[in-house]
Amino acid sequence: MLRCWFFMFHYFMNLQPIHIKTNKPSLGKKPQLHGGQSNFQAASQPHSMASRGHPWDLFPANCQKGKTCLHHGLSEFRDDAPHNCFISEDTDGIFSVDLFSMETDGIGQQRLSKAEKKLRQKQMKARHTLLRHEGIECVSYPTKSLVVANGGLGNGVSRCQLLSVVQDCGLVKALLMPPGKPYSFVKYGRTEDSKKAYDSLNGKEITVEDSGQTVVLYFNFVEKVPWEDMTPTALPPGLKIIEELVLPEEEKELLESIDWAEDEVTSAAQKSLKHRRVKHFGYEFRYDNNNVDRDSPLPGGLPDICNKLLAKWLKMGHIKEKPDQLTINQYEPGQGIPPHIDTHSAFEDEIIALSLGAEIVMDFKHPDGHAAAVMLPQRSLLVMSGESRYLWTHGITPRKFDIVQASEGQKIGAVTTDIGDLTLNKRGERTSFTFRKVRRSPCNCSYPSVCDSQRKDTEPSFPDNEREASKLEEKYVHEVYEGIATHFSSTRHSPWPRVVEFLRTLPCGAVVADVGCGNGKYLGVRKDLHMFGCDRSMTLVDICGEKGFQAFVCDALRVPVRSGSCDACISIAVIHHFSTVERRLAALCELVRLLRPGGRALIYVWAMEQEYKNQKSKYLKEKRARGGASEELSSDTLEETGDSDCQSSVHPKSRCCNANQAVHAKLPVHTNRTSFGSQDLLVPWHLKDGMKKKSRHVQSHQPVGCSADSQELSPIFHRYYHVFSKGELEALCKRLDSIEVQESYYDQGNWCVVLEKR
Amino acid sequence: MKLLTHNMLTSHVRGVRPGGGFPLRIQATEVKVNNVDFNPEFTARMVPKVEWAALVEAAESLGHRSDLPPEPIPDFESNEDFLRKVHHVLMEVEVVEGVLKCPDTGREFPITKGIPNMLLSEEET
Repeated sequence: MLRCWFFMFHYFMNLQPIHIKTNKPSLGKKPQLHGGQSNFQAASQPHSMASRGHPWDLFPANCQKGKTCLHHGLSEFRDDAPHNCFISEDTDGIFSVDLFSMETDGIGQQRLSKAEKKLRQKQMKARHTLLRHEGIECVSYPTKSLVVANGGLGNGVSRCQLLSVVQDCGLVKALLMPPGKPYSFVKYGRTEDSKKAYDSLNGKEITVEDSGQTVVLYFNFVEKVPWEDMTPTALPPGLKIIEELVLPEEEKELLESIDWAEDEVTSAAQKSLKHRRVKHFGYEFRYDNNNVDRDSPLPGGLPDICNKLLAKWLKMGHIKEKPDQLTINQYEPGQGIPPHIDTHSAFEDEIIALSLGAEIVMDFKHPDGHAAAVMLPQRSLLVMSGESRYLWTHGITPRKFDIVQASEGQKIGAVTTDIGDLTLNKRGERTSFTFRKVRRSPCNCSYPSVCDSQRKDTEPSFPDNEREASKLEEKYVHEVYEGIATHFSSTRHSPWPRVVEFLRTLPCGAVVADVGCGNGKYLGVRKDLHMFGCDRSMTLVDICGEKGFQAFVCDALRVPVRSGSCDACISIAVIHHFSTVERRLAALCELVRLLRPGGRALIYVWAMEQEYKNQKSKYLKEKRARGGASEELSSDTLEETGDSDCQSSVHPKSRCCNANQAVHAKLPVHTNRTSFGSQDLLVPWHLKDGMKKKSRHVQSHQPVGCSADSQELSPIFHRYYHVFSKGELEALCKRLDSIEVQESYYDQGNWCVVLEKR
Repeated sequence: MKLLTHNMLTSHVRGVRPGGGFPLRIQATEVKVNNVDFNPEFTARMVPKVEWAALVEAAESLGHRSDLPPEPIPDFESNEDFLRKVHHVLMEVEVVEGVLKCPDTGREFPITKGIPNMLLSEEET
C-alpha cells in the first residue's frame, strides 16, 4: 500500500521557533462574558458594520503597528509585545473607548467589569489581526466554528492539549491546526456548543507543554474556515514512500548490526559531522566535496542483510537498480541535516532511505519556494527519483517535535484528512539507511541549474595570461588567506625544523626578510637577527604586529625593500601560490633582488610527490596518526594536501590535466590528505566554527558541486596551488644566472632549495 | 615600525626613478619608544648595513635624533655610548600611526598599528 503521509503549505516555511514571553498576571478570576448568547444576538444586529465593514480602518494608530507586525510576521497573539499589533497597552486608551462604544451598544445597559472590558479588547484585537494578516474574517454572531487565537501549533500548543480544552464545551467535529500558525479552528457539531466555548473559554490560560509558558486563548466566531478549502498538494514528483517495508524483526536486526564503536577513529571528513552519527559502506561519502572516491571502494561492500533486502525490493519493483553505497545516519531528537541535493555527479537517479527506530518529518523544497513536509514513518522506505531527487532539496529540521498528522489515537469525530489532523509529535531516535548507486558517468539530468555535471564554466580555469593569473591569485589566494587568516594562524605555531636550522646558520646581526611570512612563526626564532616579514594578507601581518614583530603588507612580486639589503631571505610555502611559471620565476627573482651578493635564500614549495623514497610525507600520514583530528589542527605538518580522484568527479573535464596541457581546463578540487592528481589545483580549507568572521568569501569559492551538505560542516575556502614536481624548483632557480643552487632537498612533502647570490 | 625596518624600505611604485624611492619620508601621528635589550654586537653589525643619512633624517623627522652624528664615528664597534644611541634610534623608536611618503612620486603608504601597508594597486605595479 502506498499511502501519502504528507502535508504541504505555502505557509510551511513560516514555521518559526516558538518564542513566548511570559504573560502578565492573569485577569484574576476567569472572566465571563455576561449572558453570552443574548449579548451576541444583540451585538450582531446594530453592529453588523463591525463585521461587514472594516472597523480597523478607524484606528490608524493601530494600523501602523500592524505594518510593523506584518514585517515581523505573526508569531503569537501576545498582549505584552510592544511591536505586536495585537494588544498593547499604549493603544488601550483610544482603542478601548472606540471599540467599546460599538460593542457595548448592543449589550445595552449591561455593565462590564474592567477585567471583562480588557478581555474583550484583546479578543477584538486578535480578531482584527487575524483579518489583516491572515485574511481570516471573524463574525459577531455565533456560528459552529471558532478561531482560537494563541491556540496554534505555531506557538507550541499541541492538538491534544487544545482538544482537551475545547471538547469540554461539546462535541468537536474538527480541530484544524495549520502548521506554523499561532491559531487554530475548532468546529463544533452544534452552535450552542460553540457559543458555550466562546463564553466560557475566552481568556482561558493554558500552559504550553514544551516550554512551560502560559498563553491566553481568544475565541472568535468564523463563518468559513479557510483551511477547509485547501486541498493538500501532491508529494514532490518522483517521490514515493512505501510503508512497512521491513518487519519489526528486520528493523531490530538492522539496528543491531551497526557497530558504531568500530570506527571511533575515523577520518576528518566524518568527525566534523557533529550533528549526527554517520557510517558508510560500499564507498565512503566525503563531506568535504560531497562526493565519493569511485576508485576506492570500502572493503566488504554492503552488509549482507542489506543486500538481501535490496534484492527483495528490486524484485518487488520498489527500486529499479541495486545501490552500491550505504550511508547510515543516526539522529537524536533535536538533530537534523541541512537542506541539500545529493551531488548529481556522485550518484545515480534513484536514492532510497529506510527509516528505522522512529518516524520523522523530512522537509522538501522546490527552488521556487514550494515546500512539502513529508512524514517518513518508521520502517518505511523513501524513494527519491527524478525531480524530487535532482531538483528539490531535502533536509531534516533540527528540532525535538515534528508537526505531524494526529494519529488514530487522537482522532476526533470526522476529522479532515489534512490540516484538521495536525499536531505536535515528539521525535525519537531515528536511524536511516540511505542507499545510493555511485554514478560512473556525468549526470545528464533535466535540471542543469542544480547539476554539477552540467554547470556553466564560471569556475576558475588555468590562467593563460598575466591578467587572468593575477585575478585567479587574488580570488583563490589573497582573498582566501584574508578570510581564513585567524583560523589559519591558530594552526601555524610550530616552525619547521629545517627552516629554523637554516636561520641558525646565519651570523649575528644578519638582516633577514621572510617574504610571505604568514603569522610570523619564524620572525621570533632568533633575537640577534634583524628579521622582518611581509605578507599579502593584512590580517596575517596584523597578527605579526601583535606579536611585536617587524612586518608590513606587500605582494611578493613587488617587495618594497632596497636591493641587496638582505643577508638572507626565506620564502616558505609561498611560490606555489603563483599560477604561471613566469610569475613563479618573477617571485624568485624578486627574492634574489633583495639579497646582497653572497646572501642566501631558503625556498620551500609544496611537492607534487607526497610519497618520496617509499616514505609518505608526514602530511599524508597525519590522517592515520591523528585519527579524527582535522587537517587544520595538525599544525606541525607542513601543508594541506589533496587527492587524486575527487577532482575528476567534481570537475570531470579536468581529469587528466597538468600544468602544460591544461590551458582553459577547470582547476580540479583536491581532497585533503591524499596524494595529488594534478599540479595545479584548488585545495579546500575548512573554516572552523567560531572562525567565521570573514566567511562572506565562502560562497564564491565553493564549486557548485559542493553545495548544501558541506555548509553544515563549516565554510569551505579553496586555495590555489601549483605543486612542484621533483626537480622543478631547482630548474626554476637555475633560470636565474645570478645565483647558485647550494642545496636541494625534499622535506616532508616539500621541495626545498638553498641558493646563494653571486 | 622600527627605524631599522624603515631603513630597508623603499618605494616601489611604477615610474619611480632608479633609487628615487628612498628613503620614504615619515609623517607620523603617533610614535612610541620601547625599551629593548641592548646588544652591542648586534648594533655594531647594523651600522654598516643601514643607510646612515636616511637613518639620521628619519630620526630627526620624528624628533628622536638622539645626537646621532651625521656620519658613523670611527671605531664605533667599541664605543658603547655611540652604539647605545644607535640602538635607541634603530630599535626603540617606533612609528605606530602615520604615513610613509614616496620622495619621488608622492605616493603615501599608511602605517596602522605599526604596520606599513605597501600594497600597490594594479595600475601602480
